[in-house]
Amino acid sequence: MADGADAGAKARAWAPASLTLTAGRDKSGRPEAGDVVLRPGEITALLGPTGSGKSRFLSDIESLACGDTPTGRRLLLDGRSPDADERFELQGRLVAQLTQNMNFVLDLSVRDFVLTHALSREAPDPQEAARRVIAAANSLAGEPFDPGVQLTQLSGGQSRALMIADTALLSWSPALLIDEIENAGVDKRRALDLLLASDKIVVIATHDPVLALSADRRLVFEHGAVRMTVVRTGEERDILARLSEMERETTRVRALLRKGEPLS
Amino acid sequence: MRLVTVAGPPSCGKTSVVAKACGALRELGRSCAVVKFDCLQSRDGEIYREAGIAVSVVFSGGLCPDHFFATNLEEAFAWAAGTGAETGIIETAGLCNRCSPHIRGALGICVIDNLMGIDAPEKIGPMLRLADIVIVTKGDLVSQAEREVYRYRIRQMNGRAVIRHVNGLTGQGCADLAAILAQAPDIKTVTDMKLRFSMPAAVCSYCLSETRIGSRYQKGNVKKARFAGVSDG
Repeated sequence: MADGADAGAKARAWAPASLTLTAGRDKSGRPEAGDVVLRPGEITALLGPTGSGKSRFLSDIESLACGDTPTGRRLLLDGRSPDADERFELQGRLVAQLTQNMNFVLDLSVRDFVLTHALSREAPDPQEAARRVIAAANSLAGEPFDPGVQLTQLSGGQSRALMIADTALLSWSPALLIDEIENAGVDKRRALDLLLASDKIVVIATHDPVLALSADRRLVFEHGAVRMTVVRTGEERDILARLSEMERETTRVRALLRKGEPLS
Repeated sequence: MRLVTVAGPPSCGKTSVVAKACGALRELGRSCAVVKFDCLQSRDGEIYREAGIAVSVVFSGGLCPDHFFATNLEEAFAWAAGTGAETGIIETAGLCNRCSPHIRGALGICVIDNLMGIDAPEKIGPMLRLADIVIVTKGDLVSQAEREVYRYRIRQMNGRAVIRHVNGLTGQGCADLAAILAQAPDIKTVTDMKLRFSMPAAVCSYCLSETRIGSRYQKGNVKKARFAGVSDG
């Protein structure tokens, strides 16, 4: 039997024109309104209170749900269910995922970890790829870290920065799932720019209005299921511009306060 | 009967994964029976019974669990076959990392979790190296990068096994595992089949319940270690 890792080259060459999550059921077993279709180059934001089913939605995509998860959703690639062989080849390869996870547990140095990851992802020059990931992570984190430090010693923000840089630079998956980038204690704007620099299917679960409005459309969750879909309007773009401006100002003031400089 | 051996370190999720996969098989109308080999005590029987799966839990007690497992394979197979199950699963806990319960010609599964440390795949030894399927649990507790690095390490230790991520709590991935179990080799008898890895040799005073410490109490098959800078006596 072929395995996901061995079929990497094949999977890498392939990117679906659409991913569909079929309608599932909410926490009370009531059916969801309709299917959700995701396409490359499109950003979809997931909104709703904590526990409303956003992470579950991401997890259904990541695991290529086939009715075997609590929501009962199925993931279709280009409109059809992947067969057993395709599921096999794609497991862990279809999506790059950034979860709410803020800590590493593996007992490795940052350098060895990223290098091993580059090797496992068959990067052409693993040493160079690892160097780039660590440099990018350090540009996002508040306080830079040494490549020789143990993963488990990184702060929450540093761990998060490393996960973001790793996902952005070492992944060739056609879909990118992001859960709560704003809780990260990292430079959110730079992180997003790093992550979005490709023509991927992007899905972001968020409570942040700027991130939500950066998306082409929003899925609103309630009680474990998608309640409604909202497409961004022109008026909302103007609101996004205004909020972004306010955020830049907040960032500027925060930087001054951190350095102990006078606010002017 | 189709025969499957399942091994893995304590608390890695073997029972949860097997119970969920058996449940998925049962929904397809295909029955399983589970024999659980354990050391001193276990509540796993309840988990299987609650899931409606025929189960027999046996304890090695004062014996080496590996030897106990090997000496009871024929009987375990006969019991499972006697339930009329299509698939018999032998779950072994308490096997030391020196050992592997996998049998040539049957399906061998190793369960390992994502929280065990980067060298775990190497330390676990033959029960992982000689497995046909490696199931990785608790992946939801680590980052995707860590899952991939861990998987890479497993691949280095076992170049041919199918590696699958399964969530023993939600059952995610168990349908895939059930499909694999459904294709396990159909076997008439385990008599004359062979273990993939030999069991440890023993029979020393401690095998016979000696508890005192000291060379004067040691008889039989005794091996003295060679420590750094000191020759053995």
